[in-house]
Amino acid sequence: MTLRALLLVATALFSLGIYGLVTRRQAVALLLSIEVMANAANLVFVAFARYGGAPGHPLVLFALAITVAEVAVGLALVLLFYRRHGDTLLEMASEAKG
Amino acid sequence: MTAELGFGILAFFLVGFPALRVVTSKDLVRAVLWLAVTLLGTAVLYALLHAPFLAGVQVLTYVGGVVTLMVFGVMVTRKHEGTTVAIDGANRVRGAVLALAFFGVVASAIVRTDLSSFTPVETPSTQDLAMALLDRYLIAFEVASVLLLAAIISAVVLARRRDPSPDAVEPADGVNLREGSVP
Repeated sequence: MTLRALLLVATALFSLGIYGLVTRRQAVALLLSIEVMANAANLVFVAFARYGGAPGHPLVLFALAITVAEVAVGLALVLLFYRRHGDTLLEMASEAKG
Repeated sequence: MTAELGFGILAFFLVGFPALRVVTSKDLVRAVLWLAVTLLGTAVLYALLHAPFLAGVQVLTYVGGVVTLMVFGVMVTRKHEGTTVAIDGANRVRGAVLALAFFGVVASAIVRTDLSSFTPVETPSTQDLAMALLDRYLIAFEVASVLLLAAIISAVVLARRRDPSPDAVEPADGVNLREGSVP
């Protein structure tokens, strides 16, 4: 297990997240893709903490807290959207401004 | 080289394939469960990288908390039982091109970079991590707790069911929290 292989794996994960973000039409699925991408970033932090001794572990903990907060608020927004429109397909959000 | 190949296969089954299923599964519940597998695989990688505390936290908060929340989110907002999500073809091509382009650029940069100066070092123990959190990163730690509090309150305010009776008394401060008025 080398640093290079780990970084390539994290890049692949992030790319998959991008793919999901572009192709998915349902709001919850976008949150899932964002999770995958955040996970890839965390993996890079941990990899550089092991190789080279960067202070990655506290950063991962903070990133985790931020991701959890984002998911909670994101799901609340999705729920609100569902109550208004009866579904969570994103093309229904075309009225959203700004 | 054999070790790298072995790690590649391991990583593919731990995170690569599950993540692929997360973004391609038509059934959203399955996508969420594959996300749980991805996060568990990442926890295994953390453990392999000498970060046992982070692996435990990953399992507890992500797999235990976030995935459960996501399952609820999917179940609550699902219109019909067993509906699948259609993905239109043009978007699929666009997404694949974008993802492959990103991967190509970053991967070529990684392959060309000389990483030989990064050697394995001793990772901080859980005790060191606790000391760092409550000493060097204390302000960030407190800000994170305020952020979580704000997230809890905002999630409750946003998802709260509005008062069903239309002639209910408006809040005194003039804030209209009724359905359809959220900015």
